[in-house]
Amino acid sequence: MDIPYTVEPRPDTGLYNAKVGIWLFLASEVMLFGALFSSYILLRVGAPEGYWPRGWLNVPIGTVNTLVLITSSITTVMAWASCKMNQFGRFKVYHAATILLAMTFVCIKSYEYHDKFTHYEITLKDGRYADGHVLANDPKADYVVISGRYVQDRKDLFDLEARKAPHHHEKLTILRSQIEKMERYGPWHHTYLAIYFTLTGLHALHVIGGAIVIGFLWGPGSKLWETDPERFTNRIEISGLFWHFVDLVWIFLFPVLYLI
Amino acid sequence: MTAHAQEDFRHHVRRYLYVFYALLFGTLITVGASYIPFGNHAINIAVALVIACGKAFLVAGFFMHLVSERKMIYGLLAFTACFVLGLMFLTLSAYADFPPLTVSH
Repeated sequence: MDIPYTVEPRPDTGLYNAKVGIWLFLASEVMLFGALFSSYILLRVGAPEGYWPRGWLNVPIGTVNTLVLITSSITTVMAWASCKMNQFGRFKVYHAATILLAMTFVCIKSYEYHDKFTHYEITLKDGRYADGHVLANDPKADYVVISGRYVQDRKDLFDLEARKAPHHHEKLTILRSQIEKMERYGPWHHTYLAIYFTLTGLHALHVIGGAIVIGFLWGPGSKLWETDPERFTNRIEISGLFWHFVDLVWIFLFPVLYLI
Repeated sequence: MTAHAQEDFRHHVRRYLYVFYALLFGTLITVGASYIPFGNHAINIAVALVIACGKAFLVAGFFMHLVSERKMIYGLLAFTACFVLGLMFLTLSAYADFPPLTVSH
């Protein structure tokens, strides 16, 4: 039995069925990310004065990742256009590039996550705070070593952009007996990090899911081109619509989390 | 695909490339603008979001073909926009509705 309206448009909608399906799915995705964005706004406006972080993320790395995702968007649309123009070889090249760019994005994001999970805020018993990336944290040793700095006021850890004094990181050896609390920059550390990991983690899952689908269509799924090229081209359009949505979400995530 | 249709499609491809260059430029502008002290941080936020909206229009309009889509899709997106705005409004209205003496701002 043939599945109806995979190529020709349905008379009542004027669209092939998969296109209606992907737009309905994207509408639900808008609601999902919309809820998380509104949570972000609520957390931000509700944060006490001076305790909402600025400058905690690396802007050049975020910019590179944005450019990577935008480039993957053009390779996706060019892959679809190549199918439309009957250039299957070019489609293969463009979609291979999309997959590589998706993997690059995830690798860069993983590096950023690693950077956060090795970053610690240490509350000392003398009232000061030590903040930086851990260099040595052997549970058997009676000290930890970080590359960071001491601050007297915890508020100084939040707005790194407004910081007037140059931000010198030095190697600090801290005795465990001096430590009252030691916490890494995970989602539990601050509501900003909680929403950062939730939003970017969910987005990264979409990137991985989209890359798997695109990888299938590039590999075993591309056999359909030989038997039904129009249906295959429509599948490329559908996967492309999802991919552009993923790009669209990042277009807002980048300024919201990295820049403002 | 006929030769005429292929030529027409090449025109589309050129448009995609222009959109791509505009998106790259928009990204660099967003980053650059974030370093400009406008005097009030709210202006920085507004500038970043306006540029993001412009980039989103380019992606949705041209890469996702929304500038020339069927009415049904527009209707679906209009419903989505209403619901997402309602959701945001409800969430933010909660900010003004904390029970007294529970949260200090």
